[in-house]
Parts: sequence; structure tokens; C-alpha cells
Amino acid sequence: MEKIISLEEAVNLVRDGDTIMVGGFLAVGTPEHLIDALIAKGVKDLTLICNDTGFIDRGVGKMVVAKMFKKIFTSHVGTNKETGRQMMEGETEVVLVPQGTLIEQIRAGGFGLGGVLTKTGLGTLVEEGKQIVEIDGEPYLLEKPMRANIALLFAEKTDLSGNLTFHGATRNFNTYMGAAADISIVEAGEVVPVGEMCPDEVVVPGVFVNYIVDGGAL
Amino acid sequence: MDKQQIQEFIAKRVALELKDGDLVNLGIGLPTLVANFVPEGRKVLFQSENGFIGLGPAPEADQVDPCIANAGAMPATIVPGGSFFDSAMSFGIIRGGHVDATVLGALQVAENGDIANYMVPGKMVPGMGGAMDLLNGAKKVIVAMEHTAKGNPKLLKECTLPLTAVNAVDLIVTEMGVIEVTAKGFVLIERNPDYTLEQIIAATGADLIISMNLKPMVVS
Repeated sequence: MEKIISLEEAVNLVRDGDTIMVGGFLAVGTPEHLIDALIAKGVKDLTLICNDTGFIDRGVGKMVVAKMFKKIFTSHVGTNKETGRQMMEGETEVVLVPQGTLIEQIRAGGFGLGGVLTKTGLGTLVEEGKQIVEIDGEPYLLEKPMRANIALLFAEKTDLSGNLTFHGATRNFNTYMGAAADISIVEAGEVVPVGEMCPDEVVVPGVFVNYIVDGGAL
Repeated sequence: MDKQQIQEFIAKRVALELKDGDLVNLGIGLPTLVANFVPEGRKVLFQSENGFIGLGPAPEADQVDPCIANAGAMPATIVPGGSFFDSAMSFGIIRGGHVDATVLGALQVAENGDIANYMVPGKMVPGMGGAMDLLNGAKKVIVAMEHTAKGNPKLLKECTLPLTAVNAVDLIVTEMGVIEVTAKGFVLIERNPDYTLEQIIAATGADLIISMNLKPMVVS
């Protein structure tokens, strides 16, 4: 199957009301071209699952400013005043999730697991409404899997099969979100033919990537 | 001491806690300064929760790589022998007990080791980021903070703000002294000679046990 699509085709896959996962950590390793194109298209009522809400002018923060989210699951909003404002004024529902729990919920969602058990959040607001499971006398919080309609990812390089490699600290959530979404779209800095990538260097196998946008050509 | 001197004084004292071979995660702000004061001869590796071990100092302006930043999105470097990984690996390292020490700031710490450092309801709600995982997973939790906030004690019998973790803090380093969190409560083990015991007790919102082996808090 041909995985290369245009930026326009990519954003047309995202529909009003969708749940989207977006890779990146404070806008490092975020697919900025996909985000800009989504803002230009103007989808709305999205639910966001992302490590943080970036900055007002970088990463998913730009989508917060464009008021595209009705609900956000994230570990940190402190770098984006607009998220804070929307949260305080009740415009957007923000669910704060511990970072290590968020990535595990996504991993569980993509890997066929019914959830994860963690001590993180015990005795805090995070445990509200959740099941506490005792394992060998030790309490753990049951955190359920998360899935999305669409995952928007960034990779340094991909081949035409969608095998991904990364540079620096850009792996963060990009390696697991593709597994946890019905459709995953990667914006890659470079696209190479099949066979040009050494199988040893592949970090994410192409099975988790449905579509590729050639970011290097934009 | 002005604010900057206070922060450096605290950071220098925290740095003495780090041991040769330790893997350490530093929080944003004051804790980040600790990396500048690791005693010579001790090889300490820093973990950055956004996905690497071997966090190095900030690069020169012409050497900035936009893909290499610390957990506060500031340009960073990676030291020889370092490694990059994703967030599942990063938090496996943190939650799994493979980080020897974490240094974090706090809004409040209670005498049983409870800590509040991620939100003030209705005012400031930045989120917990990786702090809840670090507090649960790191082998040693060191709080680096000023002893009071606008004159109000931050060391309390019980936290009044939403908790980031329960029973988590091992050691507190402030400009006034070094305090161990024990089963009996706060124990002052070092005193900054610039402050009297009475001043420190008055600035603490819980009982303060004075160690039999109380030492002066000295940094180079």
C-alpha cells in the first residue's frame, strides 16, 4: 500500500470530534507542518492526548490558541498560559495525568493490554474514581488503556514502508502513539526508498504507520 | 544573601549528596543548578525525563540542536556515553527504581514526607509532568527549596495543597539548614551558621527535632 500522502490529504483524515494523539515533548519532536495544516483547515471539538500543551506559538499549543480542543489529557500545561486560561474559565476540560502513566496508558491501548498497574498517583487527586488493586499486599492504581482515532507523529527519517528512526530527544511519545490510534500519520524529516534503511536502525516498525507526509519536501 | 545566592547555596549543598556513579534526575528551576556544583572526582550522570541519560550543559549558541533539549525545553547537550530513548523507557527507568536520586522543588512538605508541588487550586495549575513518577520511583528524594514562601512556612505538619506524592521525601535542603524526614518527623542535621536555631524553628511549621550530631551547613 502506498503510504505517502500530501499534507492536504493528511489533514482531511481528521474529523470534527476526533480524539487525536500528538507526539512531542514541549514541541521537541512535534509534527509542526501537520499542526499548521490542521489549524488552517479548522477542525473543531477535538480531544487531545499529548504529553504537554506546548507553547502558544509552538507545538500543539498553537491548536489550543485556535480553540480546537474540547478536552485535553496531558501531564503539563504550565508552559502555555492559554491552556491555563481555558481550563480556569471552563472552556476546555483538562485532565492532568502523570507523565509515566500517560505513556503507559497509550502503550496499553496499542499493545492489547487491559490497563496498567502503577503506584504513581496513589494518595493524590489522580486516584479519584479509579480502582485500587492489591498485588501481593501492595496497592496499585489501575490505569486504563487509551486509544485515539488519529495519531500525528514526527520522525527524523522514514522509509516508504514507514519504518522510523529518530534523532536526539524526539522519540518521547512518537514511538507508541501509532500503535494506539486507528490511523497514524508520520511527518518525517526525510523519506528514503525501501531497502535504504538498515533494519538494525529501525526504532518503530512500519506496521504502526499508516501514512507518511514528507516533511522534508514542504 | 540575595535570591540568586540563596539558590546557589542550596544547590551547592544538594550537590554534596550526589555520589560517584549516581544516576540523578533534576527538576526545573533551582534543582537544575545542582549540575553545576557536582564535587570534582564524582561521576554523576543526569537523566532527563524527555528521553535521555547523559544530560550535559547548555550548548554554545552556534551549537544548538533543536532536537536536543532538556525537560524544560532549554537547549542541552548529551555527554559521551549518553543514550536517547522514548518516554516508556524513560519512565521505566524512573518508576522502576533505577534513578538513584531526584532533586525537586516543593510548595509544601509534611513531616511524614508528603509533598505538594504541582498545583495551587484556582491559581496555578501547571500539572505534575513527571514529578509523581519521580517521587514514587527514585531511590532518594531530595527537596531543594527556600525554607519559607513570603515568610510562611513550607515545612508543615500536614500539607494543605493537593499532594504530588505521599511519604516520599527523604531530605530537605534549604538556605537555613538540612532536614531529614524520619519516622519521628523533621530532624535538623545541619544548620546554616547565619541563622539561629530559634529562627529556624520559627520558620518551620511543624516540630523540628534537633539532631544530637547537629553540624554546621557548609559549602565551598
